[in-house]
Amino acid sequence: MALLRHTPKEITVERKALSINPAKTCQPVGAMYAALGIHGCLPHSHGSQGCCAYHRSALTRHTKEPISAATSSFTEGSSVFGGQANLLTAIQNIFEVYEPEVIAVHTTCLSETIGDDMNQIVEKARVDGKVPAGKNVIYCNTPSYVGSHVTGYANMVGGMVKNLAKSTGEKNGKLNIIPGFCEPADMAEIKRLALEMGVAANVFPDTSGVLNAPLTGKFEMYPKGGAKVADIVSSGDAIGTIGLGEWATAHAAKMLDSEHKVPCQIMGLPISLGATDDYIMALHKMSGKAVPEIIDFERGQVVDVMSDYNQYFFGKRVALAGDPDQLIGLTKLCIELDMIPAYVVSGTPGNKFERTINEIIKGTPAEGVTKVKCPGDMFILHQWIKQEPVDLIIGNTYCKYIARDEDIPHLRHGFPIVDRMGHTYFPTVGYKGALRLMEKMLDLFLTRRDRDEPESSFELVY
Amino acid sequence: MDAPMKDHLVSPTLDPEEAKKELLAKYPPKVGRKRSQQIFIKETDGPEDREILSNVRTVPGIITQRGCTYAGCKGVILGPTRDIVNITHGPIGCGFYSWLTRRNQTDASAPGAENFIPYAFSTDMQDEDIIFGGEKKLAAAIQEAYDIFKPKAIAIFSTCPVGLIGDDVHAVARKMKEKLGINIFGFSCEGYKGVSQSAGHHIANNKIFTEVVGTSDKPERTGKYSINMLGEYNIGGDAFEIDRIMEKCGITVNATFSGNSTYNDFASAQMADLSCVMCHRSINYVADMLETKYGIPWIKVNFIGANATAKSLRRIAAHFGDKELIDRVEKVIAEEMPIVETALAQIKPRTTGKTAMIFVGGSRAHHYQELFHELGMTTLAAGYEFGHRDDYEGRHVIPTIKVDADSRNIEELEVEADPKNYRARLTPEEIKAREEAGLKFKDYEGLIPDMPKKTMIIDDLNQYETDKLIEMYKPDIFCAGIKEKYSVQKMGVPLKQLHSYDYGGPYAGFKGAVNYYKDIDRMVNSKVWSKVKAPWQSEGPELTACYVAS
Repeated sequence: MALLRHTPKEITVERKALSINPAKTCQPVGAMYAALGIHGCLPHSHGSQGCCAYHRSALTRHTKEPISAATSSFTEGSSVFGGQANLLTAIQNIFEVYEPEVIAVHTTCLSETIGDDMNQIVEKARVDGKVPAGKNVIYCNTPSYVGSHVTGYANMVGGMVKNLAKSTGEKNGKLNIIPGFCEPADMAEIKRLALEMGVAANVFPDTSGVLNAPLTGKFEMYPKGGAKVADIVSSGDAIGTIGLGEWATAHAAKMLDSEHKVPCQIMGLPISLGATDDYIMALHKMSGKAVPEIIDFERGQVVDVMSDYNQYFFGKRVALAGDPDQLIGLTKLCIELDMIPAYVVSGTPGNKFERTINEIIKGTPAEGVTKVKCPGDMFILHQWIKQEPVDLIIGNTYCKYIARDEDIPHLRHGFPIVDRMGHTYFPTVGYKGALRLMEKMLDLFLTRRDRDEPESSFELVY
Repeated sequence: MDAPMKDHLVSPTLDPEEAKKELLAKYPPKVGRKRSQQIFIKETDGPEDREILSNVRTVPGIITQRGCTYAGCKGVILGPTRDIVNITHGPIGCGFYSWLTRRNQTDASAPGAENFIPYAFSTDMQDEDIIFGGEKKLAAAIQEAYDIFKPKAIAIFSTCPVGLIGDDVHAVARKMKEKLGINIFGFSCEGYKGVSQSAGHHIANNKIFTEVVGTSDKPERTGKYSINMLGEYNIGGDAFEIDRIMEKCGITVNATFSGNSTYNDFASAQMADLSCVMCHRSINYVADMLETKYGIPWIKVNFIGANATAKSLRRIAAHFGDKELIDRVEKVIAEEMPIVETALAQIKPRTTGKTAMIFVGGSRAHHYQELFHELGMTTLAAGYEFGHRDDYEGRHVIPTIKVDADSRNIEELEVEADPKNYRARLTPEEIKAREEAGLKFKDYEGLIPDMPKKTMIIDDLNQYETDKLIEMYKPDIFCAGIKEKYSVQKMGVPLKQLHSYDYGGPYAGFKGAVNYYKDIDRMVNSKVWSKVKAPWQSEGPELTACYVAS
């Protein structure tokens, strides 16, 4: 009996009001995730405590790490009279009890709807002496009824720039690198590639070392990792900014450009060979550093595996669901491997998405085949799969129901992944990431062959 | 609690008053005063008549374990019911987070059975819906859900912004109910109502009681001894194990509120002859209402722990008073206990003397002490995430609980005997006779009487106090939820999730007890905790070297 037994193959009802099995969630969880990428930061959710509980749970299940975050704990009274008193109390309590370097406040649909003015409340906290010397409170607006968790991430990174970045008029020779919504392992890899290039990189947010921290016998509410506040402050003096992923980083990167005259280049998340090449080229051009041999070596390994296993990738149909910046990279990788990205569904709205996917597949066998929906949900994705099946589903854990019902291999990628390990430790960006994605796909394809081949044609070597 | 837990094997060496001072030391004075009243130190072994502050607002900025009203309503109470289409009216987040994240095991294997649990339905409100109102979108969403799924019922859950902009979900539900001819009902369970998820349980239960219970007189199952299980949510398959035991005893579970439940089970719940309450906090008022309106008496039971299970079965049998049932229950207990005893004989030597702390929900922090007790373990501290005073101090304090502004926002139903369906199950003489024989109807003594002397009872525990407790007491295991799990484990102490069971279970009943013994043995005796320090971090000489002559 199918788990999603009520999903009909045919699309008989055109849904305009009902979202079923969403391929996105709300802004504040993205803001919370970004805030955790600052060293010594306690994220704060300004609204009812349920939002904070849900976001902490979601991020904990995804990372299997403690996610400390506070809430304004609105009750009916605060919803009527405004949340200022709650936030002021919270700021004071947080600094006294948890001693963070910085509190990163994001709003919720509740505080947005009643119109709490973050700028005014945070300013009042400062004037009232509730913010100790040398400590910071930053904030951003994250109404849940606009965009998605990716938008929330973008807004919190914007909040970092808006509330912290300063320009002294003197350039510091560093390059700002803003990773998009990706794993701690990805952020570490983005940093490593810059290091290999010899680029003085200022990477923020940076959840590596925070959300894949070691078990030491002591609970550190603020683990060693994360971007330092001082570095974010100095981002206004950088020689340039690279934003990796338009949806998640353009807002902050453009703000650095307009407010502090730091020129920016916004490109895709470096998922796939081509997108990683683009990242390296940007590092090369913006810093003037030569590309070292180790990068050529790593790149060549990716091309080597692509050629070794082309026959197993060629022509495979893939269904993709997730966040726009990641889907763009994954679609590029599929095309590089001669696969067909048959269905691409993102819950995060954005007019450019469909156009970008169509540009990637232009002139390839996927042109005219690929169906894109944005904003879409996993219900429509499942209906398409029922109409014409695929060989692989790439998406977050929620795709496992479709995968089981339709007996299709499932590669977990995106947010959230709550039933497998590895994503916080092993990157999918960069050349190393491309290798890992190919390894995981091949494992699925070849394990399936080993399971399904008749005994007479069972093979030892692939 | 069912079994007395007096033979404590470990008593804390720490002076609890000192420990309490340490817990409060860092707070600003106002926070400290409030928290001080929420931390209760047992002075005697047994009941005490001091008050504990509970069911009060969480202090803003203090990292709490609590969730919200929506989570309690949609996630906990309605989540485990498989054949209702549950539409979250609001922005996408709330619907997304309550999608499959609580373990809602359900048996939908019957031919044609409906199961909507794996789906998340939401109106995914956008900014224009917030500005212009979302009622039209909600009505359209209900229509679309009906056209695609043809369910027998649709429930609507209000999120925070829905309450603020004033969408009348109940009016939309009425209109669409009339139009589509199926039961459609809404819940005003905006997250900001009340002080914890407890408010959401209340809102959910009230609506199920008024809109669904009593609408059908055809229960799925009938039998000579028919009961409702209230406050049992089938985490890890607990309800499956309870059903197995009941069936073996010849007792029919008419409806479980709400583990492995169906719409019709709720609709025909008034047909049962006894209500058994597991989680007192989440549902005791429904038991009261079932009694007042339909004449169904209720008793408190506990199926967590093998001894507690046996005792609860005997209580149910005593209620019905038939020798045939009493004998059969004894036979079942005699058949089931040997597997429990065999497991205990192996495991108890490895767990005896170890200590635990339990901070979860509204009854689990009480029930699970039973299982630890069976393992020879002592619970040093416990408390509820969303309990009320009666859960701590017993039902006798209910008349003295002050109603504050936050509780006043939660509807209290006035219930009367149903003119058509009220049927007294026992005569006053029969009730009296059973009470004289020791059976207690609608009674719950709460957590405090069962906690040992010098242990701590803490309401609405937070992250800071968790750290401090572990630092001071170094318990062998800590029980809480996913948000607490990894900070505790970073300290080298295993954390057992008692909301999700860490995806193990069942832990209820006889087989469940054995599962629990094994899991706790594995956790407290796992090698991993001895590997936290690297060899070069352990004490000893800094350097050893040998001289090599050249």
